[in-house]
Amino acid sequence: MKVLYFAWLRQRTGIGEEDISLPEGVQDVAGLIEWLKGRGPEFAEALADTSAIRIAVNQEFATLDTSLGGDEEVALFPPMTGG
Amino acid sequence: MSVRVQREDFDVGAEIAALTQGNMQIGGITSFVGLVRDMGGNTGSAAMTLEHYPGMTEKMLATIDAEANARWPLEASLIVHRYGRLEPGDQIVLVIAASPHRAAAFEACHFLIDWLKTKAPFWKLEETGDGDARWVEARGSDDAAAARWSANTGKEAAE
Repeated sequence: MKVLYFAWLRQRTGIGEEDISLPEGVQDVAGLIEWLKGRGPEFAEALADTSAIRIAVNQEFATLDTSLGGDEEVALFPPMTGG
Repeated sequence: MSVRVQREDFDVGAEIAALTQGNMQIGGITSFVGLVRDMGGNTGSAAMTLEHYPGMTEKMLATIDAEANARWPLEASLIVHRYGRLEPGDQIVLVIAASPHRAAAFEACHFLIDWLKTKAPFWKLEETGDGDARWVEARGSDDAAAARWSANTGKEAAE
C-alpha cells in the first residue's frame, strides 16, 4: 500500500510518500498508525495525537476504524487550511 | 461546472467572460476572490507556500462543485485554487457561481468557499520573517461556517 504524509506530518516524519506492505495483524487505519509509531521516535512523535490528524483512504475522507486490505492509498495530514 | 488547481495567477474578468459566454439563461454572477493577507505585521515578509494533495484536491473540488450544482439551479460554476509560494496581496482562490437569479448565485458562491476551506486538502505554510516558517492552524470558525450549510439544502433560493 501507499502511505502519504502532508504538511507538518511530512516534515516530522521526513517522508512524503512511501510504499509498504500491510503489516501482519493490521486491519484498519488505527492499526496502521500504531504500527507506524513503532518505527521510530519521529513517527511516534508525529502520530502521537490522532485527534490532530485527518485521514484519507483512496483519496476519500476516512476514519481510524476504516478497514484496510493492503492495496489502498492512505494519506495522513493535519486539518485543511486552504481558501 | 469545472475546477482547476494551478500554480499560475488567474484573471477574474477573463474567467467570468469565458464561463458565461453565450449562455443567455444567466441573470446573475457572483464571484469570490481570496487574497494572501499580510499576517506578519512588522516581520517583513509574510509570504506563504500552499501545499496540496494532487489527485484528491481535484476530486474534492469536483465533489464540492457537484454539490453546489445539486443544491442550486446554476447555469455555470468555477473553482480555481492556486498552490506554491504566494506573496501578500496575491490571489489564492476564485469561486464563481452563475444562475438565472441572484439569490442562488450568492448562496452557491458562499457555500462553495465555505465548504472548500474545510474539505479541500490544502495547507498553508507561513513564513515568519526570521527565516523560519509555521503551519497555519485550522480555525474553528471555518468549521462552523461550513457546518451552517449542512442543514440548508438551498431549496429556498431555487424556488
